[in-house]
Amino acid sequence: MNLGEPSSLTVSKIRNGTVIDHIPAGKALLVLRILGITGREGLRTAVLMNVESKKLGRKDIIKIEGRELTSDEVNVIALVAPSATINIIRNYTVYKKLKVTIPQEIRGFIRCPNPTCITNRRREGLVTRFRVVKREPLTLQCVYCGTMITQEELEDLISM
Amino acid sequence: MGFQGRDVISILDFTRNDLEELFEVADYYLRNRRAYTLLQDYVVALAFFEPSTRTRLSFETAAKLLGAKVIGFTSEEGTSIAKGESLADTIRMLDAYADIIVIRHRYEGTALFAAEIAEDPVINAGDGKQHHPTQAMLDLYTVRRLFGTIDGLTYAVVGDLRYGRAASSFIYGLTLFKPRKIYLVSPPLLRARPEVLETLRERGVKFEEASRVDDVIEDVDVLYVTRIQKERFPDPIEYERVKGSYRITLKLLEKGKRELKVLHPLPKVDEIEPAVDSSRYAAYFTQASFGVPVRMALLSLIAGVRP
Ligand SMILES: [Zn+2]
Repeated sequence: MNLGEPSSLTVSKIRNGTVIDHIPAGKALLVLRILGITGREGLRTAVLMNVESKKLGRKDIIKIEGRELTSDEVNVIALVAPSATINIIRNYTVYKKLKVTIPQEIRGFIRCPNPTCITNRRREGLVTRFRVVKREPLTLQCVYCGTMITQEELEDLISM
Repeated sequence: MGFQGRDVISILDFTRNDLEELFEVADYYLRNRRAYTLLQDYVVALAFFEPSTRTRLSFETAAKLLGAKVIGFTSEEGTSIAKGESLADTIRMLDAYADIIVIRHRYEGTALFAAEIAEDPVINAGDGKQHHPTQAMLDLYTVRRLFGTIDGLTYAVVGDLRYGRAASSFIYGLTLFKPRKIYLVSPPLLRARPEVLETLRERGVKFEEASRVDDVIEDVDVLYVTRIQKERFPDPIEYERVKGSYRITLKLLEKGKRELKVLHPLPKVDEIEPAVDSSRYAAYFTQASFGVPVRMALLSLIAGVRP
């Protein structure tokens, strides 16, 4: 796995884990939030922001040592970084490439903005469910209360 | 998809055929009003976490006329929820005691949540500002009784379209049929929610938003009036500003079609002039009386029995 960046910032290859590439510039921290990575888990994680990219002009990259993302996690990344490409690394080589596609229904990860939605009753411990109403522009709808959210609103609603 | 064992969360879960089947059974109960034993082995739980008079009593009457036993509560006060029990645990208890659960709650999505927990069929009797499917069923039934059809008519839904679940549910219900046009008449602050408008667009129903009843009255067959509810407003000043602006008077109705009918989910406060009550336009008392046969039809179809 060679990122081939003409950058002076070099990050060594990882042995086992995940490399998330082609994240739109500035969205890496949001992606980490979706994955629930705070740094306290003890995973060796490298975050490169605003590096040059042929495709995107500028992009972010995340490398996580010791954790392979599941396809559910990968698909939720699509909500904020549809261009992202994901490589699962085993023994320094790309073991699997995962494509990001927004699933028809997203469970968890997103908080409903409606204060009187049942999913906001903490005591009940519900996992939110959003269904994709439209992909272009992205519009989601809370399965419980019907509230619709747009791409712009989404980023503030991604919960830890 | 039949009714037996089915949850009733949103009117949108149903098809036109489902509703026509329901209406035929309701017709039967309307013509043959007596006590039945069809549901004698049933316990119906009425879980009203939010106060209600009409909906609760009509469910209770419907269940009792079918021979079912009725249990339940009429507010959160005095239940173990008030002592800190989770809603989920309360639902589990009701699921153990009853065979059908009717639930009303001020949080949107509660009925769906309850249906996910309970094995029993769950009927949504109102969840916050979102759905009130049995109200929509009886409203559509009323139109069908009055006009012989739901298709081809022009509707105006008036009042609080943002927080009013009866209005939203009626609009949703109309999308299962072929209305000529729906006018959505409300103050700008109380416009129908985006998801309601999106459903109309998605289902190809012709509609127009308007701010004054006066502007649309000549075109309308069914005027569906709703109360502007104070408790739905985050700000009481907002309420005081809009409440008087949508009053239906006899004088206003006389500008409309001769056959125009006024529906209202009730209770009404002062949004309809009392003189309208005894006029040929008023259909809301008849509408309310259909609550029992329609809910009898629903309960018996869910239980899988027919009269
Ligand atoms: Zn919600």
